[in-house]
Amino acid sequence: MADKIVLEIARYSPEQDYEPHFENFEVPVYKEWVVLDALNHVKDMVDGTLTYRWSCRMGICGSCGMMINGEPKLACATFLSSYARNGNKIRVEPLRYFPVVRDLVTELSDFLVKLKKVKPWLVRKEEPPLAQGEFLQTPEQVDRYKQFSMCINCTLCYAACPVVGLDPVFVGPAAIALAQRYNMDSRDQGAEERTAVLAHPDGIWGCTFVGECTRVCPKHVDPAGAIQQYKIAAVLDWLKSFVMPRGRETQNARSESGND
Amino acid sequence: MTASDRGAQRWASHRVSQVQEIICISVALKRQCADLARVEAAETLYSGWLETMESSSHDIILVGGGGAGLRAAIAAAEVNPNLSIAVVSKVYPMRSHTVSAEGGAAGVAKPDDSLDEHAYDTISGGDWLSDQDAVEAFVKEAPQELLQLERWGCPWNREPDGHIAVRAFGGMKKRRTWFAADKTGFHMLHTLFQTTLKYRPITRYDEWFITKLLVDDGRVQGVVAIELMSGKIQAILAKAVILCTGGCGRVFPFTTNANIKNGDGMALAYRAGAPLKDMEFMQYHPTGLPFTGILITEAARAEGGYMLNKDGYRYLQDYNLGTPEPKPVLRSMELGPRDRLSQAFVKEEQKGRTIPTPYGSVVHLDLRHLGERLINARLPFVRELCLKYQNIDPVHELVPVRPVVHYMMGGVSTDIDGATPLAGLLAAGEAACVSINGANRLGSNSLPECLVFGARAGRAAAAFASEQKPGNGTVLAQALDEQRRLESQFLRKAGGRERVSTIRTEMQTAVEKSAGIYREEAVLSEATAKLRELQQRFEDINLDDHSRTFNTELESALELGFMLDVAESIVRCALQRKESRGAHQRTDYPVRDDDKLLAHSLVYRTSSGSSRVEYLPVKITRWPPGERVYGQSQEPGQSLKATRTQ
Repeated sequence: MADKIVLEIARYSPEQDYEPHFENFEVPVYKEWVVLDALNHVKDMVDGTLTYRWSCRMGICGSCGMMINGEPKLACATFLSSYARNGNKIRVEPLRYFPVVRDLVTELSDFLVKLKKVKPWLVRKEEPPLAQGEFLQTPEQVDRYKQFSMCINCTLCYAACPVVGLDPVFVGPAAIALAQRYNMDSRDQGAEERTAVLAHPDGIWGCTFVGECTRVCPKHVDPAGAIQQYKIAAVLDWLKSFVMPRGRETQNARSESGND
Repeated sequence: MTASDRGAQRWASHRVSQVQEIICISVALKRQCADLARVEAAETLYSGWLETMESSSHDIILVGGGGAGLRAAIAAAEVNPNLSIAVVSKVYPMRSHTVSAEGGAAGVAKPDDSLDEHAYDTISGGDWLSDQDAVEAFVKEAPQELLQLERWGCPWNREPDGHIAVRAFGGMKKRRTWFAADKTGFHMLHTLFQTTLKYRPITRYDEWFITKLLVDDGRVQGVVAIELMSGKIQAILAKAVILCTGGCGRVFPFTTNANIKNGDGMALAYRAGAPLKDMEFMQYHPTGLPFTGILITEAARAEGGYMLNKDGYRYLQDYNLGTPEPKPVLRSMELGPRDRLSQAFVKEEQKGRTIPTPYGSVVHLDLRHLGERLINARLPFVRELCLKYQNIDPVHELVPVRPVVHYMMGGVSTDIDGATPLAGLLAAGEAACVSINGANRLGSNSLPECLVFGARAGRAAAAFASEQKPGNGTVLAQALDEQRRLESQFLRKAGGRERVSTIRTEMQTAVEKSAGIYREEAVLSEATAKLRELQQRFEDINLDDHSRTFNTELESALELGFMLDVAESIVRCALQRKESRGAHQRTDYPVRDDDKLLAHSLVYRTSSGSSRVEYLPVKITRWPPGERVYGQSQEPGQSLKATRTQ
């Protein structure tokens, strides 16, 4: 017989509750089970009203982020057995700092707005015909932005970031890392357009470099690193504008140099 | 401003305040009732207030926001920027299952390769059930589509000189698989999603679940959908609807497919009267992790991994797949096609040469000889998945694997432009069957299929929608009927006795037992009866959850309803096809029968709710049916040079 552990799950249904409360469910602890398996067990066998998002169960779709014992985690990548040793409960709550829709489901539309704000697409001044083939990019040039392209939009970094908690308009770690993903891509020419959003009090300067975002990122994207990189670049550009009033053009030349 | 304008304005503001008042009253009533914990009473009042239904209107609806759906949306927007295009998806687009595709995307890219060779590999891999005109269009357009994705920013792996790098893949005679490490689908999906953000004509309905296609006057005119966040049921009208909902692996108990892969689009089309094609061809991928079913990409074998039985023996050499070499050989051994490798596993299991585990028997995938550097550079996700989910490090340990349900070759029957026989309805990607994949898809053909046929469907829908007059609006009555059905069958029903998970589990067990890697008449007949029983029991379903807000139990019930239809079509087609071809292996009919069955199955839903199968001849252009030969006997084996790129 498998060991048991108690999940203490935050419940909230706007049609019935004024505020969230906790409900306990005892679940078996199998070696292979992650927290998501336990939630599915409860939903299938005990209480069909339990509400959460999930899909791929392999840590790549980014759906099942939640607070597990106070830490932002993917439920599909968090083993029950790693908590069972304490013989304690596992507390499961919706991701912090997001409005709660119901139980463990949070409202994501604000995050999507922030994502779009940083223009996360390849900006080109001119588009050569496809017949000319691919933009050349060496493995070293790919490596410069690859890490920042690994973000799965799970929003764990927002739930970890104290600045997001204090200032909801802060663009936030994932969106800034994504902007930097394109800024660092040798094919992109949009760094200047993105500056308007990023070099703003709600952009990179909002970050106080706590570094929690990087610590909780399940894909090792290092948003904190992206933000610091960008801060340095922004300061250098600002200084350049004093030394060389044509510094902006230099920046354009730099972003074009890696292409074609 | 004229007096009549002012009057109209006053009237409008009066209406607005009236509506606000009604909303306030309704909300207040609801809250009072909730206070008294009389939720049902609140529901009655609330839904009585909502007797009518909202509707919105677009030119084109994409159902699904994965690789095919997003590519179609962009294609349609580029044909005609004045069109209004809606992407309606039950998940945020970046959660779509394209995200899980690992190994790569095939498209001829290098001078030593040719379109004809890609076509031949695809056709022989599909055991000659592919439509060859579709394959020819596919191999021709795949490289352009992959290049287009490069232009949109996809981080493809590169050669040292900056050109695109390609890797080997199962069943492919040349190296032609583009890849972004082993997260190719993830990078493609995010590139597409981020690119769609700049197209103004594209409107997204994130987390809306479609329950029905609205058909009138012989054409599809829209859909009924539930907004999960609010529970609102709404009609979304359009001149063309493209189904891009992906596969249906969740019909089986052990699958690489995400929880959202329930054959929604297939069932929607089937219920609307469009036929499904080749549903008996379900692909098992030979290397899934036991218990979770997490896929270990074929790229692991393309990079040189070995398949070993319990004695450490490369058993594939016993199954007419070539002789073992230290380095991978194209179209040989571990780089044979998926159907043959999965079948070899079953034979090996019957000989008692697999390893038993609590989650079924396994063989081993051995990557140790590849070394840590190569694994980290080319297969980082494989290592991450093994470490995180299996607690095994493939650099030092053998990886236990077993065949796992992976891909539906069949789907909504379409022509080469994604059109179904039902006017205004199109389909693309795994949800569709064009067919290029025939009886067995080759690894790395599905991602470019999403792009090529997504783009074709998008363009065709744009052309169709531009010519159509708006619908006649009579479908709104149908939409109201659908709303009533959802209310009475699920949301306001009391006293049902069946749980969603019980019926789902029984269905999965029945389908796996009957329509697994090997099939036979008696078991398939038994499953047919079982599925009929489950359909009846489904009518007696009970939901714990009757609330409007993000009701995932309702969603699961609707998905189960879809899956029951899809399951029936799979079992029905498998029962009817009395031959063995590709992924459809009948122990009672072990030989391919080109005389009678060089034909696609077309399964229709009859008015009584059961199914009827017809056959449609395969289109042969230049490659007459031949024997599928793998291993070195086909021609001198081409050993892969161990080129190192990135």
